[in-house]
Amino acid sequence: MPVDFGKEVDYVARLARLALEPEEKTRLAGQLSDILETARRIQELDTAGVEPTSHVTELPALLREDKVRPSLPLNRVLQNVPQREKGFVKVPQITSPELEQEK
Amino acid sequence: MQLYEHTAFELSRMLQSGEVSSVEVVRSFLERIDEVDPHLKAFITQTPVTALDTAGEIDNRRMRGEVLHPLAGVPVAVKDNISTIDLRTTCASRILEDYIPPFDATAAAAIKSAGMPILGKTNLDEFAMGSSTENSAFFPTRNPWDPELVPGGSSGGSVVAVATGMAPLALGSDTGGSIRQPASLCGVTGLRPTYGRVSRYGLIAFASSLDQIGVVSLNAVDSALLMNLIAGYDPLDSTSLPDAVPDYTAGLEPGLNGLRVGVIRYSSTKGFDPEVTETVQKAASLLEEHGAEVGEVSLSLTDYGLSAYYLIAPSEASSNLGRYDGIRYGFSADGGNIEAMFSRTRGEGFGPEVKRRIMIGTYALSAGYYDAYYLKAMKVRTLIRREYEEAFKKYDVLLGAASPTPAFKIGEKADDPLQMYLSDVCNITDSLAGVPSLAVPGGFHSSGLPLGLQLTARPLQEHLLLKTARFFEENRKQAPLRPSLDYVEGGKRQQ
Repeated sequence: MPVDFGKEVDYVARLARLALEPEEKTRLAGQLSDILETARRIQELDTAGVEPTSHVTELPALLREDKVRPSLPLNRVLQNVPQREKGFVKVPQITSPELEQEK
Repeated sequence: MQLYEHTAFELSRMLQSGEVSSVEVVRSFLERIDEVDPHLKAFITQTPVTALDTAGEIDNRRMRGEVLHPLAGVPVAVKDNISTIDLRTTCASRILEDYIPPFDATAAAAIKSAGMPILGKTNLDEFAMGSSTENSAFFPTRNPWDPELVPGGSSGGSVVAVATGMAPLALGSDTGGSIRQPASLCGVTGLRPTYGRVSRYGLIAFASSLDQIGVVSLNAVDSALLMNLIAGYDPLDSTSLPDAVPDYTAGLEPGLNGLRVGVIRYSSTKGFDPEVTETVQKAASLLEEHGAEVGEVSLSLTDYGLSAYYLIAPSEASSNLGRYDGIRYGFSADGGNIEAMFSRTRGEGFGPEVKRRIMIGTYALSAGYYDAYYLKAMKVRTLIRREYEEAFKKYDVLLGAASPTPAFKIGEKADDPLQMYLSDVCNITDSLAGVPSLAVPGGFHSSGLPLGLQLTARPLQEHLLLKTARFFEENRKQAPLRPSLDYVEGGKRQQ
């Protein structure tokens, strides 16, 4: 069964926070349909009762002692921040009347 | 013979005996880079000044009689998705074009503490997503055997640097074949260690359950030397393995008596060049002649493995790459509300292949599709692991091809992502199973291009791969070992 990705592109791009040009959307819809059709072949395999593998190491979850340790100085942590002010990271406004209206 | 023509092992010997200085060695490689790199474009960033500084410091310490690491003074190239403090690390992406890491990856720190001068950061497919190094946001890297061809990918820059004497050793990373496939296409040795054997701390994440740092080298001994340095437990990577690290250079002496080798019979060899299959058969006969017990092993899930991989890796990528939002680091688009700013930053900052994978992954993880795609793929991964466990009950090493074809033309598969994904078909199931896997030169195609063999072993059995690779090196009859680079000597620059 072919996967029709055309209708899904806008929805998935929104979930992924990806702004796409109209021609990118058209191209992606075709390519993703093909890729997902190939990917769907795994449906042919019987996996009843099979545990999923999310990780190949069988290590227990390791937790370190909850102790304060030295970390990077603040100027190092912030050195790549595009917009910063007085040791803070500047972000665009998150709530505003217009944003509320959009919802 | 020029210094840049030597292996890392030979350079290490020459440095330790005082026959040459590290400054002389580094100068030779830097001159070679000046001569060759404009044609092949293996490096995104070159670091001649710091390389010479490190070399000078090592020479001084050696003169003072200090005990140094065997690789001290031997230069190395580093793939540009491995973080290096105060040295731009781009992942070949516009979104990280100006990113300066505030810390070193554990593998990079190990190289520095051993006194290995870093020659520069090598090109890759953006975020290591690709099989040709054409997906670099900056420029493609070219195959030294024929500059109209791709070098493979994603570690194309590291592989080309080693193949052409621009570096004696390089670090790469392998998620679904990104060390082994380009090593095969360029005629060098590429080792993907057991998942967790080398710390991933500071390796910029693509698919965390699959990503692994590994080694590109001219031979097995050089791989062993660098593995001795970078393998081991790291408290900064909770998935790194606590097992003791052996001396990988031990046990490489000849002799295959009793080694049980399973030659992989693929469920389909559609898309395989017949000469590739022939090369694998010849290699199997050679092993048998020299005392190995050779049989056949069926890996029936290879095709399904490719499908599972192209759900699992993009799913993990879509989650890992969520961090690129233009707030904390990287490219940041102007204006608008926060969601518009995020979306524009990512839409403008990522290239086409990265967007494709984020879209596949986001779809496979989204409500209503999670069970049918992502969960199902993780169950198929379990079936693949079981198939390997069965194979390793009978065999110590599995032998197959490292790539279904020799190198292909630049642009040939650029508009057909499915065809591009198929070029990793030999490499992907080893990655899903988390087992160590190595590509070693196996011979030449009638076109004159190198063909690689792939060797696979149980977890933590890297020494068996290195020993078998060494066997093939010593029985190599076909020349040349290095590409001729006529086009470089002719002085004609590629565009």
